[in-house]
Amino acid sequence: MSLMSLTAVELGKKIKAGEVTVKEAVEAAIAQIEKTENRLNCYVTVDKEGALKKAEEVQKLIDNGSLTGPLAGVPVAVKDNMCTKDLLTTCSSKILGNFVPTYTAEAVVNLEKAGAVILGKTNMDEFAMGSTTETSAYGETKNPWNVNHVPGGSSGGSCAAVAAEECSYALGSDTGGSIRQPSSFCGVTGIKPTYGTVSRYGLIAYGSSLDQIGPVAKDVTDCATILEVIASYDEKDSTSVKREDYDFTSCLVDDVKGLKIGIPKAYFGEGLEPEVKKVILDAAKVLEEKGAIVEEFDLGLADYAIPAYYVIAAAEASSNLSRFDGVKYGYRTEDYEGLHNMYKKTRSEGFGAEVKRRIMLGSFVLSSGYYDAYYLKALRTKALIKEEFDKAFEKYDVILGPVAPTTAPELGKSLSDPIKMYLGDIYTISVNLAGLPGISVPAGEDSKGLPIGLQFIGDCFQEKKIIRAAYSFEQTRTYKRPGMIEE
Amino acid sequence: MANIISDETIEYVGILAKLELSEEEKEQAKSDMGKMLDYIDKLNELDTTNVEPMSHVFQVNNVFRQDVVANGDDRDNILKNAPGIKEGAFKVPKTVE
Repeated sequence: MSLMSLTAVELGKKIKAGEVTVKEAVEAAIAQIEKTENRLNCYVTVDKEGALKKAEEVQKLIDNGSLTGPLAGVPVAVKDNMCTKDLLTTCSSKILGNFVPTYTAEAVVNLEKAGAVILGKTNMDEFAMGSTTETSAYGETKNPWNVNHVPGGSSGGSCAAVAAEECSYALGSDTGGSIRQPSSFCGVTGIKPTYGTVSRYGLIAYGSSLDQIGPVAKDVTDCATILEVIASYDEKDSTSVKREDYDFTSCLVDDVKGLKIGIPKAYFGEGLEPEVKKVILDAAKVLEEKGAIVEEFDLGLADYAIPAYYVIAAAEASSNLSRFDGVKYGYRTEDYEGLHNMYKKTRSEGFGAEVKRRIMLGSFVLSSGYYDAYYLKALRTKALIKEEFDKAFEKYDVILGPVAPTTAPELGKSLSDPIKMYLGDIYTISVNLAGLPGISVPAGEDSKGLPIGLQFIGDCFQEKKIIRAAYSFEQTRTYKRPGMIEE
Repeated sequence: MANIISDETIEYVGILAKLELSEEEKEQAKSDMGKMLDYIDKLNELDTTNVEPMSHVFQVNNVFRQDVVANGDDRDNILKNAPGIKEGAFKVPKTVE
């Protein structure tokens, strides 16, 4: 049995006990990368040398007792939109094809302090804009369960790498479902924390009011442990929240007795594949048998979340991505006449189609004459959505639903119809608008053998409730690995 | 399609977004944006009279701190990422005629 089949916490224990060296763990990860990466393309950059060097340093700190945490020496993959000092950070875009940050994102700094060894940077949709990892400028990532299917997105590289055991765990980011949806498609677990819980410092911004970094791993215990490490108040992020609790592992308890679970009727309507629906409703029954109180309720604004999201996310993206101008870093066009022509040509050549589409939409909805009708209207809708969730959480501890209406689509089938692709975000997107925490856990497979994830949504700062619910549900199942690892 | 995007609008958006589009891209953008706006118009079904726009979910307050330099001079490293540099500064095309 490979070291890579262990969870991050299990591997950390073995390293701590001296049964496994950090070098052995990193070598096992690299061996798995060399075995499956040419078929999957989970990484944009693999830093083999850096990881082996870091392994030695971390080993010394473990041996002399300076590093005692659960993740010390465990190899991790980081989504390529988080800055890593001296390590290429592309955001899967041509425009950042040669960008080497001079500093490291705070969440990654927190991991490094805990003794994590970074294996490399994972592939994603360009600037996190997409749901399939097909908009990457560095080729699509493939789903380890079936390489003819997408891994989901935008954190598709991170989730596929965890499923394929090309790392012990990974960091992703979630703006509209980008951790939860690929976790569902790849059969792994991922958490999008409450907005403000993990610092966004060093995360290349897409929609700043929606972006959150979170963990992707094999199980709920790993995710809670990782979240405990990466979450922190950071004065470098003006929206960072000083939380009262960071002890997310304290709620890894198999007990849902009396837990009030709400199921939004709107999440089970048109568009939801029957196989997905069955798996989610079966899971609800399992929780009910374990003592939870499960009830249906109305979440009438669900359909308005997607249009509101695309206005807000595109508006913020158009502003955030104005920094890519061919002056300070990244790509610059070869031939140009004057400053403005240089900006325009650089950006037109450097950005892919989906990024341009969203920048243009964002520029439009923010432009004078349309600002009130589109941008402010979307912000008012967001207020109503938040209010609706507030009311729901007066009655329920957690909300249960699907992560996505389908399992992973086939490669090449999604990008031609953007609106159809956007509709796939229907169950995840309102969580970002309302700043809530959400977790995706594996719950079953469809008839093609593709994983189906289950989502628990909690009220702001109530990660512990969704972690407890997800952990309890997880105890009723065994973790499944994609067949390709065994070959 | 209810929202017809004119050539003028696409030109204007191109200026705002600082993007130079080929004729083909312009046609595609007109069609894509029209469809997106048709879809976004669904928001008009909602009555949002007297609803305050919510930009942040939590109350965001100004955070004050002492203005003390905490990082070192990293100019040379930062400039390594620049497409053009000259005498320790970013090099750009002439900005004033």
